[in-house]
Amino acid sequence: MLELLEGSQAVARAVGLARPGVVCAYPISPQTHIVEALSGMVRTGKLANCDYINVESEFAAMSVSIGASAAGARVYTATASQGLLYMAEAVYNASGLKLPIVMTVANRALGAPINIWNDQSDSLSQRDSGWLQLFAVDNQEAIDLHVIAYKVAEELSLPVMVCMDGFVLTHASDVVELPTQEQVDAFLPPITPLEKLDIAEPRSMGMMAGPDVFTETKYLAHMALVGASKVIKRVADQYAAHLGRDAWQPVRVWGPDSPSERGGPVSAERPAQQGEIAVIGMGSVMGTMQAAVPRLKEQGIKIRLVTLGSYRPFPARSVREAIGTADRVVVLDRALMPGVGGVLSADVRRSMARLGIPMHSVIAGLGGRSITERSLGKVLTQAKAGELGELEFMDLKRDLVEGAG
Amino acid sequence: MFQVVIHGRGGQGVVTASELLARSGFAAGFQVQAIPSFGSERMGAPVVAYTRISTERIITREPILNPDAVIVQDPTLLRTMNVFDGLAPDGWAVVNTRESPNEVREACPDAPRAGGHLATVPADDIVREYLGRPIPSAALLGAFAALTHQITLEALAASINRLFKGKVAAGNVNSANVAYQWVLDHLGQEDAGAHGGIAHVDVDRPSTSELPIPIAGDPEVTNA
Repeated sequence: MLELLEGSQAVARAVGLARPGVVCAYPISPQTHIVEALSGMVRTGKLANCDYINVESEFAAMSVSIGASAAGARVYTATASQGLLYMAEAVYNASGLKLPIVMTVANRALGAPINIWNDQSDSLSQRDSGWLQLFAVDNQEAIDLHVIAYKVAEELSLPVMVCMDGFVLTHASDVVELPTQEQVDAFLPPITPLEKLDIAEPRSMGMMAGPDVFTETKYLAHMALVGASKVIKRVADQYAAHLGRDAWQPVRVWGPDSPSERGGPVSAERPAQQGEIAVIGMGSVMGTMQAAVPRLKEQGIKIRLVTLGSYRPFPARSVREAIGTADRVVVLDRALMPGVGGVLSADVRRSMARLGIPMHSVIAGLGGRSITERSLGKVLTQAKAGELGELEFMDLKRDLVEGAG
Repeated sequence: MFQVVIHGRGGQGVVTASELLARSGFAAGFQVQAIPSFGSERMGAPVVAYTRISTERIITREPILNPDAVIVQDPTLLRTMNVFDGLAPDGWAVVNTRESPNEVREACPDAPRAGGHLATVPADDIVREYLGRPIPSAALLGAFAALTHQITLEALAASINRLFKGKVAAGNVNSANVAYQWVLDHLGQEDAGAHGGIAHVDVDRPSTSELPIPIAGDPEVTNA
């Protein structure tokens, strides 16, 4: 049934359908509406057999999540921005302990200067934490992704961040369709943890690893993430088949003639060809980008859109294949490494090292700066004409930076 | 695709208006999207929200730069910012003010020039009378329905009743009704304002049963 729902309410209901046993969170914008809604669902009994635990900080939220997950519960939490940084130490522990926690990150900028608005600096700062990071383009994907995330997390015994753009998605009302409880129950059986703490059968988790085994431990963590790509793809396909409709995918490719094929057959995923510009990005910007494609085509600019749903693991092979024989690659970066450049473009550059195709990093939409079809069009017109630099800041106000500092 | 920008101030229900508008379009079978543009939320600060209504799936997430219609919830914004930025000369606008359309045009060069495209509605006066609180959203959406026909008053009333209950719901539906009727009565009278406030409306204030649609649960309607 189609419904008009605020993104946060839709996500809260999707999480509820996954029947978590423990929900634990500390409020921070723009994530707060999600856990508020979940607390209401627990209080009224709509979400049964679930403990909602109020804590005093994000560090505690992740620590309680670790404890609950280690005890075998299906666990949910959510955070954003500085909240994610505050829990960072425990974030690494969750993945090191291989605990299948699912956490929504309502992507938001990092201060200082303090800024509550959307970019992707927060979750990308945790890119090496060993968590999976899966991104939603819109609120329908965010709904589907939470169910997929639990299935993937529990199969791999690894934690998953479900990343969705703060405000742009969390606070927007869109027409979406939630799966039914029966559909989710059939897809996502109760959790059967690989290992759990049990006082009847005492064991230890998270022991110190000395120089003799630390490298091996990290190697196994690396291989687990490398192997995760296949599992993610399989689970995403299973989910779509189970519901009999299109759903989130780890990588999506749309050609210049198929912008409306969103939601269409996967056969639309062809590599970019000569005369095309491959545009790579994550999250809601790819919706706006897709809307701009037909107008750009009228101007003779052919765009091959490569939307990454999976950031960790990074689908390097799929990206390389999607780039094909494109004239050039433009990466829409929603997070910046000061002194270096875009975060996502660094990953893309590594995956296309030997292709010999020019790549441009476009830093766009930092701290909530609106990303418009007009500005994207301008950047891609420059790219087509060979006038775009290797690193560009979209809509940079030159008059503000010149003479500063 | 029909795109609407709603301007107002924190506390005036701008975000709710955006959602009510989307919900009214959704109820009629359209694809819709409502995106509030949040600042550091505080009472009285300018707030803007965007609503798209379309026959096709809406994939863009950009703010609305070229609206088909603008709704202005607070008359003090007219002279502090360009609320009509990006609006075509034959676009539509609903403004909460006692001024006449031509007075608004004088203050705002980008206000719709086309006759009958700019509706000024004394929405504050209407909601003071019918709702009892200074939240003009529903009244302005009623005016919007009469002006643009993009949503029906019935769909709006249903959306209001879904979001609110009891007296608040009835007050908002009444306000929407009265503002709807105001626009039907005054549209095209480019020099006619409501300087006397609600008194002007009061002269021929419709009894509730004469309003464009009946209100469920309203005792006056039940008795009529």
